Amino acid sequence: MNRHLLSTADLRRDDALLVLDTAEQMARLSDRSVKKLPTLRGRTVVNLFFEDSTRTRTSFELAAKRLSADVINFSAKGSSVSKGESLKDTALTLEAMGADAVVIRHAASGAPHRLAGWVRGSVVNAGDGTHEHPTQALLDAFTIRRRLGTVEGLRVTIVGDVLHSRVARSNVWLLRTLGAHVTLVAPPTLLPHGVADWPVAVSYDLDAVLPGSDVVMMLRVQRERMLGAFFPTEREYSRRYGLDADRAATLPGHALVMHPGPMVRGMEIASEVADSARSTIVEQVANGVSVRMAVLYLLLGGAGADERKPDDQYGEVADR
Amino acid sequence: MTTTVAAPWLLRAVRPLGGEPADLLLAGGRVAEVARAGGIAPTTAGVAGGNVLDADGLFALPGFVDLHTHLREPGREDAETVESGTRAAALGGYTTVFAMANTNPVADTAGVVEQVWRLGRSAGHCDVRPVGAVTVGLAGQRLAELGAMATSAAAVRVFSDDGHCVSDALLMRRALEYVKAFDGVIAQHAEEPRLTEGAQMNEGSCSARLGMTGWPAVAEEAIIARDALLAGHVGSRLHVCHVSTAGSVEIIRWAKAKGWRVSAEVTPHHLLLTDELAATYDPVYKVNPPLRTAEDVAALRAGLADGTIDAVATDHAPHAPQDKDTEWAAARPGMVGLQTALSVVIQTMVEPGLLDWAGVAERMSLAPARIGGLPDVPVDARSSMGVGAPANLTLFDPEARWVVDPAGLASRSRNTPYRGMTLPGQVHATFLAGRPTVLDGKIR
Repeated sequence: MNRHLLSTADLRRDDALLVLDTAEQMARLSDRSVKKLPTLRGRTVVNLFFEDSTRTRTSFELAAKRLSADVINFSAKGSSVSKGESLKDTALTLEAMGADAVVIRHAASGAPHRLAGWVRGSVVNAGDGTHEHPTQALLDAFTIRRRLGTVEGLRVTIVGDVLHSRVARSNVWLLRTLGAHVTLVAPPTLLPHGVADWPVAVSYDLDAVLPGSDVVMMLRVQRERMLGAFFPTEREYSRRYGLDADRAATLPGHALVMHPGPMVRGMEIASEVADSARSTIVEQVANGVSVRMAVLYLLLGGAGADERKPDDQYGEVADR
Repeated sequence: MTTTVAAPWLLRAVRPLGGEPADLLLAGGRVAEVARAGGIAPTTAGVAGGNVLDADGLFALPGFVDLHTHLREPGREDAETVESGTRAAALGGYTTVFAMANTNPVADTAGVVEQVWRLGRSAGHCDVRPVGAVTVGLAGQRLAELGAMATSAAAVRVFSDDGHCVSDALLMRRALEYVKAFDGVIAQHAEEPRLTEGAQMNEGSCSARLGMTGWPAVAEEAIIARDALLAGHVGSRLHVCHVSTAGSVEIIRWAKAKGWRVSAEVTPHHLLLTDELAATYDPVYKVNPPLRTAEDVAALRAGLADGTIDAVATDHAPHAPQDKDTEWAAARPGMVGLQTALSVVIQTMVEPGLLDWAGVAERMSLAPARIGGLPDVPVDARSSMGVGAPANLTLFDPEARWVVDPAGLASRSRNTPYRGMTLPGQVHATFLAGRPTVLDGKIR
C-alpha cells in the first residue's frame, strides 16, 4: 500500500484487492458481540472535516474506535480554521499533536494531496471537492463483491451528476482497475468536458442502458444545479434520469441498485426502488465501516509514524 | 531612467545579435561607435579605467521590454516592490517594464500612475512605464480618466484591467475609441467571465480527472474574436494579453490578415509548461490564463515564430507565501518570470530553431516597445545594434546553464514554476541608456 489513500486513480489492483479482503475480515468482527480489535491502540486518528458530513465522519470514527485508536474530531466550524487559519497551519498543529493518520474532508479538490506534503502521518481522503472519495468507491466495490461474488467483468452504470461527483470519479478508476465495464449516463451538461478520455462508455439514454446493467449506481443531484442551467427543472431531470419503479423493472433480475447517500427520494431515485430487495443502500453504510477499518489498519498497522518523513508519499508500509 | 548622462563604456568583443565579435562604444546614452573586435582603444575613446567590459563569448541584444509586469506596489509590498521587481527585471535583461494597474489603490488615476513612475525612477534599475486601468477600480463599470493618465508625467499609453476582462462589449468599444486621441492601446485580459466562474485550470482531460472547474479555451477565444471585430470596426489598436490557446492564435492571425491593428503577447510559461502539472495540486502552477495542453504550446510557439504573436511578455506575478502555500482553489494565480524569461525563450524558441537572435530581439524588445508606445525605438534588430541606437543592451552567455533556485531570485516572492529546472542562457550585464544596471550577473 501507499502511505496515503488519496485517490483510486493511483491505487494498484493488488492493493485494492488487499483492502477488500481485509475488509472482509473486519466485517466478520461486526458479527461478534465485542466489536473491537486492539490493533491501533495508542495510535491517534484525526478526523479533519472542513465540510459537514455526519455520515462519513461517523463511519471513520467508528472504524478507528473499533481498532482501538484514539480519535479526535476536528471540525472546521468553531475552530481556529473558521478564524482564518490556513490548511497548512492546521496541518502543522495536528502534526505537533502527534496525529498518526489524518482523515480529511475538504471542499477543495487536491487538499489531501497538499496535506500529505505537510504531515508525517498517513492521509486518508474522505472526499475532496469534485475530485475523489476513494473509501466510498472501495465500499461500493466491496458491496458489489459481497452480493455478486466479483467485480470483474460486470457492467456497471453510473447515473447522474458525474461532473460534480467525487464518488463517480473514484468509482470510474477503481471499477476499471478491478475489471468492470463502466457506462456513465447523464445529461451532457453534467458530464465533464474531458470525459472522452476516460475508460468508460457514455450514454444520454438511461432506458437504453438499464437492461444491460449488472449494477446501477445513482448519484445525488443537487437542486442548486438548476441555477447553473445544468438542467431545466427537477421534474424534467427526474423524468429523463431518475430511477423509478418502471425503469428498475427493466433491469436484469440479479442487478443491484446502489446510492452513496444522502439520496433525494423522488428526484434521482423513487422510494420503492430505494427500499427494494435489489437496493444495497443500507448495506453500503455498514460496509463503509468495514472498509474504513481495513484502510486504517493497512495504513497504520505497520511502521511507526516516527520512522516516516513528509513528502515520501509512496513509501511502503511494512507488513503486519 | 537616468537624469545625468552616463559615462562612456567600451564593450569588447561582444557579439551583437549573436554575430561576429565587435567592439561597441556606448556614450551619451547611445551606441557611439561600432568596430570589429579590437578596433576601439579605450584611450582614444576617452573611456575611464574601469569602464571596459571584456564581453568575449557574450551575445548582445537590445534591452528587453516587458509589456506585462506586476510590481505590486502600492498595496502588496509584502509580495513585491518597485525596487525589488525592477531589480529582478534588470537581472533578467530588461530595460523597461510596464507595471500593471491592479495595485491597491488601483492605478486608475494620474496620481497613482505618477507615484509608480516616480518609484521606478528613484529605483533606477530600469524604466518603469505604468499601465493605467481601463475602468475605475477595475470594476468594469465606468471608464477611468484615461486622458489624465496619458497627459500625466507617467505618459501612460497602455491601458488594461488585467486580471479582469473588460467584458462589457459597449464599454470595450468606447475604451478602444477613446484612447485613439492619444495613440493609446487597450491591453485586454481576454476572459469571458460567465464561462470561467470558479475556474481553476484548463478545461480538458486533466481538469476532468482532477475534479477541478475548467477554464475553457473558448472563454479566451470568444473575447479575442469580439475585440478584434470591435478594433476593426472603430480602427483602434487592440493588444491581447497572454494568449494561451491554439484557437486564439488562429483568430489573431485572421484579424491581422484583415489589416486590423491587433497585437498579441505570449508568456514564457505558456511556451513551456502544460496543464498536466496541475496533477501535483501545487498552486505554483496555478496561473490565469491557465497552463494549457501540448497542442496549445506548439501553436503558441509557431505563432510567436511567424509573428502572429508579436511579443513575449512575462506576466511576472509575485505572490506572498500565504497566497500560494494553500490548497489549489484558495491560491492566487500567477508566477514570477522576469529572471527566467530569456532562458525559457532560448529553450523553447531558439534551440528548436523557431527564432533566431534577431527574432528574439524583435519579440522581446522592439515589438513590445512599439506596442507600448516607447519613443526612439530602433526600426529593426540590426539598427538596434548600430551607431545612434539607444544604449539599452542585454549581454548574456547563451551557452551557460543554470539551475533555478527560488531563493536566489531577486523578487520578494518565490513562486517560480521552474524550481530545480536547468535552463539555458544567463544574463551577464544590462545597460540602461549607456549605464550598467547589471554587471557580472549582479545589480550595480
